[in-house]
Amino acid sequence: MHGFGTRAMAFELRSITKRVGAEVHVHETSLVLEEGSFNTLLGPTLAGKTSLMQLMAGIARPTSGEIWFRGENVTGVPVQKRNVSMVYQQFINYPNFSVYENIASPLRVAGLAKPEIDRRVREVAELLRLTPMLKRRPNELSGGQQQRTAIARALVKDSDMVLLDEPLANLDYKLREELRDELPRFFAGRNCIVVYATTEPTEALLFGGNTATLHAGRITQFGRTADIYRHPADLVSARVFSDPPINTAEVEKRGDEVLIGELRLPVGGAARGIPDGTYIIGIRPHHITPSKPNAEAAAIEGTVVIAELSGSESAVHFDLNGQTWVSQSPGIHPFEVGSIARLYVDMNHTLFFDLDDRRVEGGE
Amino acid sequence: MMANIRLQDLRHSYVENPKSDADWALKRLTIDWADGGAYALLGPSGCGKTTLLNIISGLIRPTEGRILFDGRDVTDASPEERNIAQVFQFPVIYDTMTVHDNLAFPLRNRGVGAREVEERVREVAEMLELDTTLKERAAGLTADGKQKISLGRGLARSDVNVIMFDEPLTVIDPHLKWVLRSKLKELHQRTRRTMIYVTHDQTEALTFADQVVVMNEGEIVQTGTPIDLFERPQHTFVGHFIGSPGMNVLPCEVAGGRAIFAGLPVESANAAAYRGDGGRLELGVRPEFVSFAETGIPVDVMKVLDVGRHRIVETTQAGFVIKMLVPEDEPIPEGAAHVRFAEDRTRLYRNGWLVT
Repeated sequence: MHGFGTRAMAFELRSITKRVGAEVHVHETSLVLEEGSFNTLLGPTLAGKTSLMQLMAGIARPTSGEIWFRGENVTGVPVQKRNVSMVYQQFINYPNFSVYENIASPLRVAGLAKPEIDRRVREVAELLRLTPMLKRRPNELSGGQQQRTAIARALVKDSDMVLLDEPLANLDYKLREELRDELPRFFAGRNCIVVYATTEPTEALLFGGNTATLHAGRITQFGRTADIYRHPADLVSARVFSDPPINTAEVEKRGDEVLIGELRLPVGGAARGIPDGTYIIGIRPHHITPSKPNAEAAAIEGTVVIAELSGSESAVHFDLNGQTWVSQSPGIHPFEVGSIARLYVDMNHTLFFDLDDRRVEGGE
Repeated sequence: MMANIRLQDLRHSYVENPKSDADWALKRLTIDWADGGAYALLGPSGCGKTTLLNIISGLIRPTEGRILFDGRDVTDASPEERNIAQVFQFPVIYDTMTVHDNLAFPLRNRGVGAREVEERVREVAEMLELDTTLKERAAGLTADGKQKISLGRGLARSDVNVIMFDEPLTVIDPHLKWVLRSKLKELHQRTRRTMIYVTHDQTEALTFADQVVVMNEGEIVQTGTPIDLFERPQHTFVGHFIGSPGMNVLPCEVAGGRAIFAGLPVESANAAAYRGDGGRLELGVRPEFVSFAETGIPVDVMKVLDVGRHRIVETTQAGFVIKMLVPEDEPIPEGAAHVRFAEDRTRLYRNGWLVT
């Protein structure tokens, strides 16, 4: 799927920064995106996702550093002169155009032939479930349909780069689920770099591809999505990439045991090899479950603070030594708030961080 | 002073002389909500839940049917007379007022005495952990802080019949959503007010409500507890809409009391109950209850999505997609394989509805 040489490293940020007045919006960042790749920028609101995208698109100019695209220095080349598309969370459509004309507009500007325009508009309309609405005007559509029209307009032209800034955030839950499935399919096989910003870890995981975790104007880690998820470089990256939040505690590791206050848990997995001392452990919610996953799993008890149910999973927030931890398990398990829950921690998947928050061992 | 709410034989159309089924935005429905309960109206956009919400609050008069609060007919009562508190998708607050005055506003508006206003504001602020920001201007708060004020304003009055929430967490970041979700649940448990929560988000509905009303195309497809909706979907829509990914729905036939999918017999919980009266027949089985096996339904493994806590595996048989969930550490075969459906979790549906 990827090209070779400079084509493989199609897009590059070289030590860019962005300062606005005294404020640093983007700390020094270097990043290489491959041709045809799907890249997710994952981080909470104000982590710098939008700032970074504006630099990538040429909407904003970096304060320092260079931006390279297919072997050319494009630093300072404005968005109009770059073949990029952007989709925002809040969409804008032409109110007097039909949905069809809204989607077709960038192709008309580019001077494409009518049959080609028609073919492309219909393809993208089908993907975004807009086929029955093509003749309508935006004000005759639901909010979700208007947003899909704007997404369609960005996808219809053959851009070198498509930047999507939380495009599904305002859509219905099930529609979001369908589009998460469809979007990577749509881009697969196209020679275009996709950058997708989201606050939701689940979206990054579903898209696969690459993920950059962002925090406070910095990319904390970048790589293949599953690797970043399973092998976070530090506690910040692990936190950004966990929903429900990753459970953490300061612990003493002594021999085969981990001590959390009064609680003693066995050391499991790759963490057996690390030296004794003080660490911060991170345990993802799905590694704490109501049923025992394996022989080494350790039982813990905590007071239920809240039980959250999705359609097919249960999350229990519980109090353990004054800290709130979360367990997530498949199926719908009702937990009485205020009752004591007995749960099992899969120690084989526990992540260990040193006191500078760098990951030291453990976790497969 | 909360109330039992009864929506009796409601029907609503936005067109002048409704004729066909499609003319009814809300098809005939009856709902009973008991005093002090936590309820949710769940469905996709366009399912009629907003119409229903507006009918309850008095913004729309239903074409047919009655609305009863404790047996009293309020169908023709104005929104003010119905005495309902509403919390909307976007925070409705006064930026120039302090947090305190925002919370006090609905009380002062109704001429509540100064001492009671203070008491109520303190109580609500404490519940929402806004007590340290009472003197600050609302404009300076974050999105979730502002929405907390909206929630607080909904809760401040003690004289309302019902509190209705219309997609209140849409604008909140995911890592803060669960905090507010739990806050809302806790508030219900503490105050025992009748609350109705309208949303398209299954997690919000199922977490908040003891009873969820699932709507699609203007009708109720199921009313039940979160467990009912997960374990016994009454309609294929519920199976698909609730759960991520939703239930697999596969066309089938029934012969000799047994379901046949793609020419293969499949054991199910209820195919024997089918009365042979035709209709569109489908098998429903959630991805959670499909597993790889030595024998069973032959499939091709098409796609594996690693979502961390498990893998979503997409397989196909005769062109039909069967999704399944595989735990983190379990192996997944490549290419050709066999899958099995858990018999007691596999159900027959006729024209969308569960066969009983």
